[in-house]
Formats: sequence, structure tokens, C-alpha cells
Amino acid sequence: MRRMLLIGLAIAVAPALLCAQAKTDLTLWTFQDLHAQYYTAMAEKWNAANPTEQINLKPEVLPYDDMHNKLLVALQSGVGAPDISDIEISKFANYLKGKIQLAPLNNLIDPVKDKFVQSRLDNYKKDGKYYGLDFHVGAEVIYYNTEILKAAGVDATKIVTWSDYIKAGQQVVAKTGKPMTTLEVSEHWSFYPLLNMAGSDVVDANGKASLSNPTNVKVLQLLYDMIYKYKIAIPTPGGFHHSEQYYGFMNDGGAASIWMPMWYMSRFTDYMTDLKGKILIRPMPVFDGSVNGIKSKFVSAGMGGTGTAVTLQSKNVELAKRFLFFAKGSKEGSLATWTVLGFDPIRWDTWTDPATRAPNKFTTYFSQNPDLFGMLLQVKDGFNTTNVGGIYPAVIDSVKHNVVFQVLSDKSKTPEKALKDADAELNK
Amino acid sequence: MKNRSFHSSMKRAPYVFVAPFVVSFLVFYFYPIVNTVWMSFQEIVPGESRFIGGENYAKLFSEEFVKAVSNSFAYTALTILILIPVPIVLAILLNNGLKRLNTVYRALFFLPSLVSVVVAGTIFRLMFAGSSKAVINTVGHWFGLGPVDWVMGGSTAMFLLVLVAVWRWVGVNIVYFLSGLQNIPEELYEAAQIDGAGSLQKFLKITLPLLKPTIIFVTTISVFGGFAMFEESYIFWQGNSPNNSGLTIVGLIYQKGFQLGDFGISSAIGLVLMLIVFVVSMVQLNLFGFFKKEE
Repeated sequence: MRRMLLIGLAIAVAPALLCAQAKTDLTLWTFQDLHAQYYTAMAEKWNAANPTEQINLKPEVLPYDDMHNKLLVALQSGVGAPDISDIEISKFANYLKGKIQLAPLNNLIDPVKDKFVQSRLDNYKKDGKYYGLDFHVGAEVIYYNTEILKAAGVDATKIVTWSDYIKAGQQVVAKTGKPMTTLEVSEHWSFYPLLNMAGSDVVDANGKASLSNPTNVKVLQLLYDMIYKYKIAIPTPGGFHHSEQYYGFMNDGGAASIWMPMWYMSRFTDYMTDLKGKILIRPMPVFDGSVNGIKSKFVSAGMGGTGTAVTLQSKNVELAKRFLFFAKGSKEGSLATWTVLGFDPIRWDTWTDPATRAPNKFTTYFSQNPDLFGMLLQVKDGFNTTNVGGIYPAVIDSVKHNVVFQVLSDKSKTPEKALKDADAELNK
Repeated sequence: MKNRSFHSSMKRAPYVFVAPFVVSFLVFYFYPIVNTVWMSFQEIVPGESRFIGGENYAKLFSEEFVKAVSNSFAYTALTILILIPVPIVLAILLNNGLKRLNTVYRALFFLPSLVSVVVAGTIFRLMFAGSSKAVINTVGHWFGLGPVDWVMGGSTAMFLLVLVAVWRWVGVNIVYFLSGLQNIPEELYEAAQIDGAGSLQKFLKITLPLLKPTIIFVTTISVFGGFAMFEESYIFWQGNSPNNSGLTIVGLIYQKGFQLGDFGISSAIGLVLMLIVFVVSMVQLNLFGFFKKEE
């Protein structure tokens, strides 16, 4: 009898055991804890939808620099890479050198390519092959502190061009004594989006640095003028918009506005809680030729990003690719990037979905913006492309270390000189 | 028979004893060094590395390289200028005063060197933050000084780096000099006393000359330490200092190799660094008369 019971038990347990064994392990590296949580949630959804192809996702969160360095060494040496890895956009070109160690994602992306914001796919493309998939568009927008604007008698919705912005800025300074905005002097988030919107770029078609083109000089001059001529801006406290010092400054009502990509919303909700309900998100002012002679048709820029890639060292390249696409490229996944992470999804066909209008922590915080996605649809076709290939990583480093600091902070070089020097150094 | 096996094992034993060292040296030092030389003439990309001759060396001499080298030289020179005289004076004071109190002070001076660089660097970074509410700027405010952006200001970078080095290493160097001082026979001072020498003369004619071996030793390790400095700068700026004001040679190796994936050029920088340290050490030892025959 006992034996019978044992056999019965064995038969009952066997399928479960077999199932457990059939789960495929997939390792994933990221530098963002939020991303790891996101992938874990998506892995559960995947397992629910694919009972025959269960995966066991093992996300590992490493510090930003460590993760990129480890991945680079693992791919160079041929051992130790994970199945899937996040790669931040300003590092991506480093992984496209030589014999590329990442798997192309074309067979998954190509059939639904037209549903994506093109420029955001092209960032991770080389020779017609897509090696990474982004989370978001990163549309450049401007965040106004309406409390300060109100005190100065400025209506943010009337600010359309950069000359409007400067005029409004002078009014804010005169009435409140507070700066209209802050400009980064140790990172590139003030300069780079603006030059991109002005129709320019930092890397040319051959992958060489092209920082010193006339448009970039004019844009950098405009930033300089904002601080020292129009006196509407100050160098960012702490140097950049992700410093603890800046968060404190802005949270205390330090400046009337800041331009950053859409994904910066989560910095407001997490680090600047006192500004809840006071921030209005607006499209960027445009270049209509009225300041420094800069004229451009672009109304926004797709900034920043994380291209997630599958490495060729993976034992399950196809499965890893399909999971990655499910998590970030499917309509369901793309919607989740908004509801979970507060990103502007890379698939524009999600922007009209009712799920994007449902309340969440972002809609509560930004209560002045009932229709964020309506605004996104407005600017959808006004994006310039960005070239993030070739020596892009080194170019961005140089902008951060040298250019913006020399021009905007210690004023040791003119815009033209700083940009020319940087080009000469980079294109050696 | 017995005798022979004894003999052979006697012959083999030394090799067995040195084997761990030799093997680890060959695997962890010799091979990487040889490979670094080889890599410095290559363009290193996954799967397709190729020989490019002296191209890495030609590209090397850029503005940032010059900046990194000059920063490393300045850092090394400043740390030596401070970390030799100051610890000598402190060591002499500690050697003469009250014994019980001295033990306490010795421990206090030594304590910083036990703190991890990362922890210390982070604390310094926060203390010297540019905000008017940060510790140092608050103190400055009492004396009527405006807030200074110590970390991101550019011109104060070297000051911060040297300050951290002094805070960390004063205690260690005091220990070296104390042991040097304790080896100087008391009789020499007594004899000098009888001959009518003052304290300054005793210091110049007895203490300093007899401390020379210790000074040579401390200078040499300070040269190595100075040129190898990386962590402090990394903690302050994550390799992203304004105007490269905190960039060191090792920082540049890290930036080029690990952050930008160009291992060829970072190998070349590594070899140049080796050469620099070699030349500086030789010059320094020569100046001290280290190679002169004992007279």
C-alpha cells in the first residue's frame, strides 16, 4: 500500500518537476533598479502568456559604470556576458566596434517598424541592423514652475519661441528675483537637446566629431547670453540637473523652468515632492530665427535612452530576443513603460490608448497636464535624428568635461574656441 | 640510494619553495606586462584586433593627456612637499613628549589610513559640496566668505585631492619616521650637547642625516603612490571633472580603456606611465645619492 502511494505521488509530482526543469534561465544586467523591477514584472506576464516556453529571469543591478565596463570586457574577451543587457545610449557605440557581439533584432522589429518613432530605433542601428531596443522617446519638453510664473505675471502658454522665452525670463527675474532657468555646466542636457532641435548634431555621417559647426556655436552662444547677457539663467547648482544640490534648489522654488526630456518627470515625482501640482509641462520654445539667427523646423528632440540588447554569448539567443521584444517592443510592453516607469513609450500607437489616460502617480503629480500624450502627438513629427555612432561616447564626454564648463562656468573660452578645440582633440 | 634521493630533494626544495612566487609572478605580472606592450601597438576590437604600429602612441599626446600628466606630477610633488616635512616634525614631537599622551595622538593620526578611500572620499565630497549649507561653506560663512563650489569649481580640484592625501597619509608617514628616529642612538645627542650644539643644530646635523634612509624610502613610495592615484579622483568626480581638473594618468587609462573600450591606447598610456615613474624614481634616488658607494 505504501509503495502504491509513493508511486502515485511520483506520478502526481512528475509534471511539475518536468515543468520546473523546462524553465529557461535568462540573465539580465541593468544599471537601474526600476528597470530590473520592470523586467521582472514583464517576465511574469511572459510566463503567463507562454506556458510552453517558461523563463526564469535573473536580473542583476550593477552601478552604471561597473555594468558598462564589465559588459565591455565580457564581450571583448568572449566570456561572462549575460543573455540580455541594458546599454545606455551614450555608451552604445562602444559595443558596435569590430565584430559586433550583439544579436540583430530585425526579424522582430521589421514587421511592426512603422509603429515606432523611427529616430529612436535608428540610434541602435548599424548597417541596417537593429541591435538595441529603447524604452522611450525621451521627448524634450520644458517644465515650468507656474507658482513663480504667476508671481511674475507670465503666462506659460504664450511662450512659443525662444525670444518669447527670453522676454518672459527677464520679466520673471525683474519681478521675483529668481532665475528663469538653470544651465548644466558639467553635463550635456542643456546644450545637446537645443543644438539637436536647432537642426544640428555632434557627430557627422563618418562618425567624426562635428561640434564646431556654425549652428552649434550659435546655440552655445545663446546659452552664454542667457546667463551673462540677458541674465535670465544661472549655472546649475551642483553642476547638473541630477545632483542632490539641484533637486533641493529646485524643490525650494529656485528657478522658474527647466528643459529636460519627458523621462525627467520621475525625478520630479521622486525628488521634488514639494512642487506637486505646480509644474506645467509644455512643448519646447522653437527657433524661428529671432535669436542669434537660429531657424529650425524641429519642435522637440529625442534625448537619452537605454538600448537593451541580446548578446551572442547567450545560449538562447532567439528566446532572449523574443522576451526582450515582448517586454519593450510589444504594444502591451510599451504601454507598461508608461504606467510603470513614467516613460513616453517608443511605440507611438500606444499614445492614443485609453491606458495612457488612466490616473497614476505621474498624472496626479502633473495635475496641470491632463493631456500629456496629446502634446506628444502634436510634436511627434517634429523630431530631428541623432547620430550616436562613431566616437559619440567620447564626444559627449568632451562636452561634459570641457566645452560647457569652459564656456558657461569659468568663461575661459568663447563658444567657438571651446568647440573647435574639442573637435581638434577628438578627431586626432 | 637513500642518500641520493635526499640529495635530489635538497636540490629540488628551493625551487618548490619559490615556485608559488615565480608562477604568480609569471601569470599575474610578467604575462600582463608583455601583453600590454603588444596591445599598445594594436587596435583592440572584439574579434578583429589588428596591429597598427605606433598609431596609439601618435594619438597619445593630446591636450587631456598633457593635463593628466601635469595633474599627476603636481599631485605627486605637492604630496611629497607636505607629507615629508610635516610628518617629520610631528614624529619628533611625538618622540619627545609625554609617553602616554603620545600613544593617543599616534593612534589618532594613524586612524584615517584605516578608513576606506571610498568612504573618506564621499565624506569629503559632501563636506566640500558647493551648497551654502555644506559644512565647509558654513564655516567659511562665519568668516564672511561666500560659498565656494569646491568640487565642481575646477580650480579647487587639486587642493581637495592633496587635502585627502594629507589627511590619510600623515599618520602612516609618522610611523615610518618614528621608527627611523628610534634607531638614532641617544649618545649622539648627548655628545652634541656636550659640544654645545643647539636644538636646531642637533636636528640638522644628527636627526636629518640619520633619517635619510627613511626619507628616501618614504619619498620613493610617495612617488609610486602619487602617480598611481585614481580612487580619490574617481570618488570626487566619477571620471568627469570640470576641465579635467581632477584627471590623473591612471584615471585616463581607466577612461580610455574601460569607459570608452579603447584598450590599445590605454595600454600605451600605461607604458608611458611606467616610463615616467621609472625616470622620476631614478632621478630622485640619484639626487639622494642612493647609488653612490659608501665612503
